[in-house]
Amino acid sequence: MTVVFKEFFIDFQRCIGCEACAAGCAECHTHRGYPMVQVDKVDPAMSPQTSPMVCMHCKVPTCALSCPADAIKVDENGIVHSSLKPRCIACRNCELACPFGVPMIREDIQQMQKCDMCFDRTAAGKKPMCCTVCPTGALHYNTMENMLAARPHSKPINKWQFGNQIVETRLWVMVPHDVDIMVVDWPELLAGAAGPIELAVKLKERFPLQGFPGPQPTRDEPVPVGAGVGSFSDTEAEYL
Amino acid sequence: MARPSMSVDDYVEKYGPHISDLPVTGWNSKPEPDALVETHCCFCGMQCGIKLAVKDNKVIGFEPWEEFPFNEGRLCPKGVKRYMQTHHPDRILDPLIRTETGFRKASWDEALDLVVSKIRAIQEKSGKHAFGMMSGVSLSNEKSYLVGKFARLALQTRNLDYNGRFCMVSAGGGNKKAFGIDRAANTWSDIPLASVVFLAGTNVSECFPTLTHYIWQARDRGAKLIVVDPRVTPIARTADYHLQIRPGTDSALNQALLHELIRNDWVDHDFVTQHCKGWEELKASVEKCTPEWAAEICGITPIIIREVAAVWGPAKTSFLMHARGVEQQIKGVENVLSLINLVLTTGRIGRPGCGYGTITGQGNGQGGREHGHKCDQLPGNRDIENPEHRAYICKVWGIDDSELPHKGLTAVEMFEAIHEGEIKGLLNICCNPLVSHPDTNYLRETLEGMEFFCVIDFFMSETARYADVVLPGSLHEEEEGTATSAEARICRLRAAISPPGNARRDTDILLEIARRLGREKYFPYSEPHEIFEELRVASKGGTADYYGVTYERIEKEMGVFWPCPEIGHPGTPRLFEDKKSYQPDGLFHMHVTAYRPSFEVPDDEYPLYYTTGRSVFHYLSGTQTRRIKFLVDNFPGPVCEMHPKLAAKMGLKHRQLVTVETRRGAISIPLDVTETIRPDTVFVPYHWAEKLAANQLTVRALDPVSKMPEFKVAACRVRPATPEESVRLRKDYAALKQEADA
Repeated sequence: MTVVFKEFFIDFQRCIGCEACAAGCAECHTHRGYPMVQVDKVDPAMSPQTSPMVCMHCKVPTCALSCPADAIKVDENGIVHSSLKPRCIACRNCELACPFGVPMIREDIQQMQKCDMCFDRTAAGKKPMCCTVCPTGALHYNTMENMLAARPHSKPINKWQFGNQIVETRLWVMVPHDVDIMVVDWPELLAGAAGPIELAVKLKERFPLQGFPGPQPTRDEPVPVGAGVGSFSDTEAEYL
Repeated sequence: MARPSMSVDDYVEKYGPHISDLPVTGWNSKPEPDALVETHCCFCGMQCGIKLAVKDNKVIGFEPWEEFPFNEGRLCPKGVKRYMQTHHPDRILDPLIRTETGFRKASWDEALDLVVSKIRAIQEKSGKHAFGMMSGVSLSNEKSYLVGKFARLALQTRNLDYNGRFCMVSAGGGNKKAFGIDRAANTWSDIPLASVVFLAGTNVSECFPTLTHYIWQARDRGAKLIVVDPRVTPIARTADYHLQIRPGTDSALNQALLHELIRNDWVDHDFVTQHCKGWEELKASVEKCTPEWAAEICGITPIIIREVAAVWGPAKTSFLMHARGVEQQIKGVENVLSLINLVLTTGRIGRPGCGYGTITGQGNGQGGREHGHKCDQLPGNRDIENPEHRAYICKVWGIDDSELPHKGLTAVEMFEAIHEGEIKGLLNICCNPLVSHPDTNYLRETLEGMEFFCVIDFFMSETARYADVVLPGSLHEEEEGTATSAEARICRLRAAISPPGNARRDTDILLEIARRLGREKYFPYSEPHEIFEELRVASKGGTADYYGVTYERIEKEMGVFWPCPEIGHPGTPRLFEDKKSYQPDGLFHMHVTAYRPSFEVPDDEYPLYYTTGRSVFHYLSGTQTRRIKFLVDNFPGPVCEMHPKLAAKMGLKHRQLVTVETRRGAISIPLDVTETIRPDTVFVPYHWAEKLAANQLTVRALDPVSKMPEFKVAACRVRPATPEESVRLRKDYAALKQEADA
């Protein structure tokens, strides 16, 4: 029986920050207690928005291009695998090069490990663990046809622009219908912008069709981080 | 006297909570399991299906159970990590008897002899009702039923109540008043068919994460989402309408919404006149409840009230859900009834996509509140003061009416009676009131003054530290049984393993105490399914009728929805399809819910609202989840959420250590400055004990009908923590992350 690999979708708006994906991922026999998924808090002072980050499985992976040991391979299903143990020199090129910040060098085993879309499960026709347990459908594994029918108010795209680099990924992200490409980290704009409001204006001018919201009301004043006896340091307050 | 005989530090050192995140097999050699046991998660009223991987009588991991129709494999992090609790190093493996210097291990015979002799001594001296029992609804249906019968016939006391009194009992009270039945009216499968979803006082995304998927399914079809909550919870963040009201003002908002429905004639006239009782009185009662009136009370704009009414009013289909936010108030029942009025006025109930329900929080919050371990209840959700109901249960149990105690005290009233010395002894199972009871400093005094206190638990809960005898009981995965989820689906719990060490199944412990009290003739069971067989008969004819349900059917059909009154009856997924309620007159009863203020509102001395709630990483009193490292790492301890405007006004900074004070107590915790909360309100999650207990600050005031305490509203003030408080807090926080020895 040939196993058909389906599509992997990320629908950021549904993420509730529960970390079930990371908890489930850590159970895998291949990475034993270490999650390959991360859930980022976007701006906890403003919003409970969180964002799950799995490997996007780029069609031309920057991590593999940057690897001096040719240790990162893409298979025929478009899955970018962890580094090959005999080749990996734990040089961190991949960590630094990946525009999504996905690969991680495991210090204890001196190897880069990353999300391989649960190859052991997907190759057996199952869903990846994170997509199985995700309680909201923020991480979802399905056919393109089913997804388009199920979530008609969003559309899947797989093109990203990082500076001058266009990246096409095996994974899809669900976005509003008027967005065709995810634009992040545009250095020329960043260089010229004094702050987030100016950047938002510039992004809207530069990409008028891509649904940038323009300047958003920001909090009245920046929230200072406390210091001294009566406060927690960053490391003590990991939960914040 | 049940005073602890060691310091808190010593208890933590010896019995935890320690954190551990190591599978019993270690991470390096996960073997193939002998079996994958299809059971349910223990951590909320959703009762998600999960498969536990078992090898050599140990739970070594889990697999998603994708065939189970409610959650199709979906889980929250508590469910994923739940298997870490079974072999946790903190498990109590032997009976413990308190000494001058802590606890000593004892044999079952010695411990049970002591328990039974103390029960006898107290009851001979002060009467049968001087010994009480507290229970909890994380217990299975079988255990809940057994506890109800055990207290009445083995302890022969009327004073039995349960921790549902701290949870959803206002919903039950409201549901019975309106519908004559205490159950969600629909299964969750009606949510995706609704064009408006209304969430009142429920942080669905953190407390019932797997239900979020159903709400998004509705939104994928174009449904509007309305959320009422003082905080921007993860579900409120994405809502079409978020009504960020002041704590304790729900019924004012709901009256204004009703006022708008009537003013715009968004009323199902046929339904309210033919199928409801009390429409004219209700209509008259909200005549003056304009959006402007409510906006003033609720601290929101009248415009959004009008907009929400305009979305809710003309909708063809809708689903309204509520939870602890509206229920844990002295107006809990009124809040629930005012929401039910919005459903009834529009006649949107009892049809596909037209639904209503409370989202029960505890693992068996639904089933556990149906079969008789409430102070006023007999199995089948019967009334302990109704002569016909009593006669039926007396027949099933083979006793005279004179042998069946009458109504006892509710939970908070029972602890007050203990405090006053009227009740002298208590058997406590599945409840950690030192975290979950309001005004925990009062509760501590209560525990300290008790003549004899016995706790059955699988871990040394903070409450158990005060016990004279601790009996090691069983986890959800160590006993066969059933649980009923918040959508009234009766689910089958499987014993994946047997209890470790000398720990015993809860059922066996209760049966053995009954035997030693000389009451074994009333408890002729050896296995939980025999209790279920009796429960079926005892529930027959009650509203919560399980008679047609068998273990085989539950397993085959993946759950049966009660009422299921006959063998072969298909069960009842959706109530009220015939437009008839379960009231004797068959009508839906509308109730006037005039707004009244909360027990304690802010004043000059205590100028802020204080409200409490949950985190997605912890379950209830945290006895289980505060021991699982992954969950603790993500949310180690309580913080005080405060809006940046308020923080700036008070000169407080993000992550500063502050002390929150009410008239009952103070808590020193780090400040979390975030725009997700109202500027007049602070929020503290409640899962911790002792000096980190949010409930040190809450009030013991009760709803007059449900006797639910007001966890959700108090008046507080906030100031920077003193250096002494800061030092203690750092120590308390460090203790939360104390690792277990490998």
